[in-house]
Amino acid sequence: MSPDIVLFAVVIVAATALFGWSCFRRFRLITLGRDEDRFDKIGERLKNTLVYAFGQRRVLRRPFGINHVVLYWSFLILFLANAEFVLHGLFPAYVSLSRLPTGLYYTLAFIFDLASLLALLAVLVALSRRLFLPPPHIEARSRDSFVILSLVAVLMIAFFGVHASEIAQGTEAAARFMPVSALVAAAFMSGAPLDSLVGAAGFFWWLHALVLLGFLNYLPYSKHLHILTAIPNCYFRRLDNVKTQSREEFTAGNTYGVERVEQFTWKDLFDSYSCTECGRCSDACPATFTGKPLDPRLVVHDIKANLLKNGSQIKNKTDRVLPLIGGGQVGSVSEEVIWECTTCGACVEECPVFIEQYPRIIDMRRHLVEMQARFPDDLSTLFENMEQRSNPWGMAPAERTKWTADMSIRPFEAGKTEYLFFIGCAGALSARSRETTRSIARILDAAGISWGILGRDELCCGDSVRRLGNEFVFDRMAEENIKLFTEKGITRMITQCPHCFSSFHDDYRQYGLELEVVHHTELISRLLKESRLKLNHTVDLGNVVFHDSCYLGRYHQIYEAPREIVASVTGRAPIEMERHHSRSFCCGGGGGHMWMEEHVGKLINVARIEQALEKDPATICVSCPYCMTMLEDGLKDKNADDKVRVLDVAEIVARAL
Amino acid sequence: MLVVACIKQVPDTTQVKIDPDTGTLIREGVPFILNPFDVHALEESLRLKDKYGLRATVISMGPPNTEVTLRKALARGADQTVLLSDRAFGGADTLATSMVLASAIRRLSQAEEVALVICGQQTIDGDTAQVGPGIATRLGYAQLTLVDCIEYVDLPARKVKVRRKLRGRHEVIEAPLPALITVTREINRLRYPTVPMRLMAEEAAITLWDNQKMGLDEATIGLKGSATQVRRIFSPERARGEILGDGANEPEKAAQLLLGKLIEKDLLYL
Ligand code: SF4
Ligand code: SF4
Repeated sequence: MSPDIVLFAVVIVAATALFGWSCFRRFRLITLGRDEDRFDKIGERLKNTLVYAFGQRRVLRRPFGINHVVLYWSFLILFLANAEFVLHGLFPAYVSLSRLPTGLYYTLAFIFDLASLLALLAVLVALSRRLFLPPPHIEARSRDSFVILSLVAVLMIAFFGVHASEIAQGTEAAARFMPVSALVAAAFMSGAPLDSLVGAAGFFWWLHALVLLGFLNYLPYSKHLHILTAIPNCYFRRLDNVKTQSREEFTAGNTYGVERVEQFTWKDLFDSYSCTECGRCSDACPATFTGKPLDPRLVVHDIKANLLKNGSQIKNKTDRVLPLIGGGQVGSVSEEVIWECTTCGACVEECPVFIEQYPRIIDMRRHLVEMQARFPDDLSTLFENMEQRSNPWGMAPAERTKWTADMSIRPFEAGKTEYLFFIGCAGALSARSRETTRSIARILDAAGISWGILGRDELCCGDSVRRLGNEFVFDRMAEENIKLFTEKGITRMITQCPHCFSSFHDDYRQYGLELEVVHHTELISRLLKESRLKLNHTVDLGNVVFHDSCYLGRYHQIYEAPREIVASVTGRAPIEMERHHSRSFCCGGGGGHMWMEEHVGKLINVARIEQALEKDPATICVSCPYCMTMLEDGLKDKNADDKVRVLDVAEIVARAL
Repeated sequence: MLVVACIKQVPDTTQVKIDPDTGTLIREGVPFILNPFDVHALEESLRLKDKYGLRATVISMGPPNTEVTLRKALARGADQTVLLSDRAFGGADTLATSMVLASAIRRLSQAEEVALVICGQQTIDGDTAQVGPGIATRLGYAQLTLVDCIEYVDLPARKVKVRRKLRGRHEVIEAPLPALITVTREINRLRYPTVPMRLMAEEAAITLWDNQKMGLDEATIGLKGSATQVRRIFSPERARGEILGDGANEPEKAAQLLLGKLIEKDLLYL
């Protein structure tokens, strides 16, 4: 078959030029973002790309992911077939599969035939899923999805059309190795006159060519841009866990946080191009789940839409057509949305292409707090208390030692004491969490650990103000803490609260503080394993359901330590809720939400308690003072606090001492 | 035209303890804060600045470390600050304090007309509520105390209309300018400083007026100019209270008991 080469060449050149131009326009906007170094550790990055892009590891976390894997790999294979198709169209005399050694030719013909069938089937599954099953979010049924899926389906049909008509004509030497095409030929074309077979071949060939080029040119304007960006996005991913924000430099003339889309880094903008709109982050998000306007997928989408809308204005330095913060239309994020995030990290954990959703929300919080002094009313007192008294409630420093009651507690002394037990504001000041603190103290003593406290000198770690975008105040608090730790000669620390733990572990590392920080659950589990802690008996706590703390679990992958402890105290592993480990559901207290009211939708803590109550627990086990408060409140809300209790892992252990 | 807020840095009285032996305040280690009532005087002056274009000036009499508090005022948008600091001002009671503040306001008014002076209703260290009225009397300004809402300021007509919060009722009055207003805590909520403003305030120059500059008669200021003399400070003896009901285990019963007592003692009206 010889298509009109000149015509095809013109079409190819035009289509490629258009595609190039579209990509140039799209990707030039990425360079408007701020700098960020993601070019280090090439080996590790390549490995990640293999595992997550080509291996589709995260896509496979969901059962339907398998369909994507099939489509993805068929596409990669058919990329070769299509390259051959185009080149053969242009240079039929030089490029052709049939010019390859016969064995290779037949093998490839077989593989391409099979891959086309798999791609077609995957597309049909995807289409039926969208049509007949409830989609994860309504945009899954967007025109965009149907256009793309139909294009792919037509492309595959055209592929079989071309090859079937050649097989029917008897001109395809590899006919025996192309079972699907052969079947099509046998079913639809056997006995057809030669000239109509030639006509059919021409028709399908051009259909294939035009759909292929149409598909190519549709990509940059659709969510299927991810076909181009997802692989590099996996390459450029953050290699460590996303658990801290970058520092800001406080000198006159600087601006803080993000108000305009180009204040994001290039990678943040590239993230927005890579979103496949799969909706996995939305499914994971506790705010979305409880009916709040925040949906991490939409935040990412708004960033992209804003960049596209404002692109030429940013380049020409003229006024924006659409503010990034404000809401009201696609491409603009409302302040309400910005304040709803609990920084639970579920979105980041779930995203198959490693988009970092919630850190962008904190960037915008920074702008609101630091440049505009605009934030929900509840936070005024919190910010004031943090700055004046270095604790969220504005309590006097002397209150910090009240938990010790009649216990004999020693102040930390460098050289004499091994560990600083950093109590944390909740552990020291909240009546309920003081119980946990006392339990930890008893455990440490029972294991013969050398420990001391800072007493009234202890300051807040500042985690909440940092997640709330008040980086300036956090910065000052961090400097003060570091001064204190250095003066006191502290090198090893036990924390009761996962938020203190995470902050000292990562936030403070940005300030050069290299502490050995351990959360009490990790330490206790180690002490049990080393037999330094003897449990006298097992304790019956009824059904124990375990709730993961986001900042221990997703942030630091500490999933097993608390579970093992519970198992050794009660003699059996704790019961898991439907959402657990890395898929756990936030208690609603992180990201500063301990001090904020929820005004829209269901309360997150109540939603979580309902999930726990499904498992008919007598005890809900936690490892964080925020979870403790939120879940106890949830129990009261459900009038279940007389039947179910919340206990910290440490309290459970203390009962067995 | 100026709006002048008078503010004071006070020891955080919630952290102050009285030495039972000497009967004096233990000040050591007690942090200083901006008097919680003055927070609202400052905010109100900033609101008048925003609304009427007045120049917000903040003055404070106190030791040199008062500078910290004045910088906080600058960070929130005050246009200028004056620190009134001199050993000779020290140990002042309300009479001597109002002397220094009134003279400072008079000095300010020589350069630019003063429309309003705003003070907090009282300070948490002295709780006298006398300094505001003292200043007004010395300057001959209209005196509007316990204001919880400034309805309007009419600069061309030189008038101000405010609402006073009195026990069980409100009183709306109009007064000529210049006037002195003392504000309650309900009047507003202090704004939060932006980071650029904080950084600016950290670098800003604070004007210092000592007595060399003020030239006040030393017999009228500081300890010498004070009419009050502190004889003794002590925690009042209090008859032991009684514990009513069992709030932890029978909250409803306990609440009922409490309500009954309050009504009985005429502290609660139904
Ligand atoms: S961090 Fe949690 S609350 Fe915030 S957007 Fe992501 S999933 Fe939602
Ligand atoms: S951000 Fe990631 S998880 Fe969320 S919709 Fe986009 S691709 Fe899916």
